[in-house]
Amino acid sequence: MANDILVFGELTEEGRLAPITFELLGAARRLSQPLGGRVLCAVLGAGLDGQSREAIAQGADVVLLADDPLLQEYQGDALVQVLERLVREKAPALILLGQTMVGRELGPRLAARLGTAVTMDAIDVAVQDGRIVVTRPCYGGNAHAKYSFNTSPAVVTLRAKSQEPIERDESRQGEVERVQASIDAGAVRTRVLGRVKQKAEGVRLEDARIVVAGGRGLGGPEGFQMLEELAELLGGAVGASRAACDLGWYPVSAQVGLTGKVVTPDLYIAVGISGASQHMAGISQVKNIVAINKDPEANIFKASRWAVVADWKEVVPLLIKKVREMKEAEARR
Amino acid sequence: MSLHIICCVKQVPDPETPASQFRVDEAAKKVIPAPGIAPVPSQFDTIGVEAALRIRDALGDVKITVLSLGPESFRDAIKHCLAMGADEGVLINDPALAEADHWVTAQALAAAIQKLAPYDLVITGRQAVDWDMGVVGPTLAELLGIPCITIVKDVKVQDGKVVAERVLLDGFETVEAPLPAVVTVSNELGEPRYPQLRQIMMAARKQVTVWTAADLGLDPSQLKNRVNIEALYVPQTKVETEFIEGDTVEEKVDRLLQRLREAKLI
Repeated sequence: MANDILVFGELTEEGRLAPITFELLGAARRLSQPLGGRVLCAVLGAGLDGQSREAIAQGADVVLLADDPLLQEYQGDALVQVLERLVREKAPALILLGQTMVGRELGPRLAARLGTAVTMDAIDVAVQDGRIVVTRPCYGGNAHAKYSFNTSPAVVTLRAKSQEPIERDESRQGEVERVQASIDAGAVRTRVLGRVKQKAEGVRLEDARIVVAGGRGLGGPEGFQMLEELAELLGGAVGASRAACDLGWYPVSAQVGLTGKVVTPDLYIAVGISGASQHMAGISQVKNIVAINKDPEANIFKASRWAVVADWKEVVPLLIKKVREMKEAEARR
Repeated sequence: MSLHIICCVKQVPDPETPASQFRVDEAAKKVIPAPGIAPVPSQFDTIGVEAALRIRDALGDVKITVLSLGPESFRDAIKHCLAMGADEGVLINDPALAEADHWVTAQALAAAIQKLAPYDLVITGRQAVDWDMGVVGPTLAELLGIPCITIVKDVKVQDGKVVAERVLLDGFETVEAPLPAVVTVSNELGEPRYPQLRQIMMAARKQVTVWTAADLGLDPSQLKNRVNIEALYVPQTKVETEFIEGDTVEEKVDRLLQRLREAKLI
């Protein structure tokens, strides 16, 4: 229907709805009131038992479920076909995807196939005077832009953790509509030859309550060993700026920022990070930032709740020592 | 086998401009260039040129065309890529396209790419570092009707196919596609090479072909932007920063830990 919102239900590798999907459903739920339509959720994958129920509990009115072995792993060529057909059939006003490795490709491709408008990496979608208006950071986060659309439907990808899910409600009612994937295998031109995982040990960066992150100011890879020690003591994870990753000091999988991960820990300790806007884009939702930097003019201080102007080489060993003493004292009690 | 690679390159305000010098003209909805800081080729795009040069280093018989859409000043970005080692430069320069959004930009680039045919590979940056949209690359693939591999850290051409390593959140996957294809590259690919003085001088003598919309068989009045920018502004940060005082570093650390404990963060 012309006022419906279609959410692309992104899945984890285990075939479960990913947290970003719940955030999208939360946003869709809130937008469905001013738009006056329903929330549709396309769940396209293989072996999806229970996921329709979950999508409804998280806010979907209608789940469009395609369960097909050809959808087992992410293939842009396959998914864009199915999505295009669903959009033409259901004619929603708005299509929401996550700003993830999947959404970054699917969003623009779907919009191009439909010849319609798309904006990426939005942090807010609103309905103003009956029109959809999107706010998104640009210029590496230095500026924000508001967009409106000349064509319908509008395709929008939303930044991870920019939207609140609704409270999960198992008693919510919704329909499940089984749809045929009907994938034209000949139109799937790409082939995945292999996959390499570079999973860090310990707490996942995205889930960590405390993140200790290092940047170019560390001066080399050795500094990260100290950050790992501090993070472990605090039960947190280690992140890195793009500059540090590009220099090969720390794995890319730990990169925080516009082209890396968005993190939302309760506490973010930035060590030797100047605060380039591209890095700040990854921590814009973090309320408690501690910055340790020699340069009192460092940009990171502007976003920090606590600023320590000092050489990290003096600060971090003391932090490690004192946190360890604190934890040992707690353990004795 | 001879290959033709087309690299799309945009010129942008220097993203290294200090945040304190970043200004926006809210009425014009444009960024005001910081005085004395020259625009630069968008870094992901020069990484794309680097990817093309690596393919040429490996295979030899490869022609690299640099394609851009913008005003006369964008010639600098093309010249930079020619100095890196690209062979030819094409600038689509038409005042009627000055306000092109990603959709109209992709339409014009796709028309130019078709005019430059035959081609085997189109490489773009994962996103331009001004608007950070990341739409033009995948849109080109759709308009040209060819496969697309996005956000990759390595690109090779072998046995008539492109093989690329696509960045994932926790690793990467190797994807192959038949040629021609579009590939968008990310910073994990590595630093773009820096032109030597001799190359800069040689590039200065190279001709850059200039095309208008009409040269591409396009009628700008028929090309309609899909999005409008309603507002552009510098977001206000509402953080009150406490600079932790102390005569020694140890005092500062003690005070910091005290604050974190009071806030129940550790």
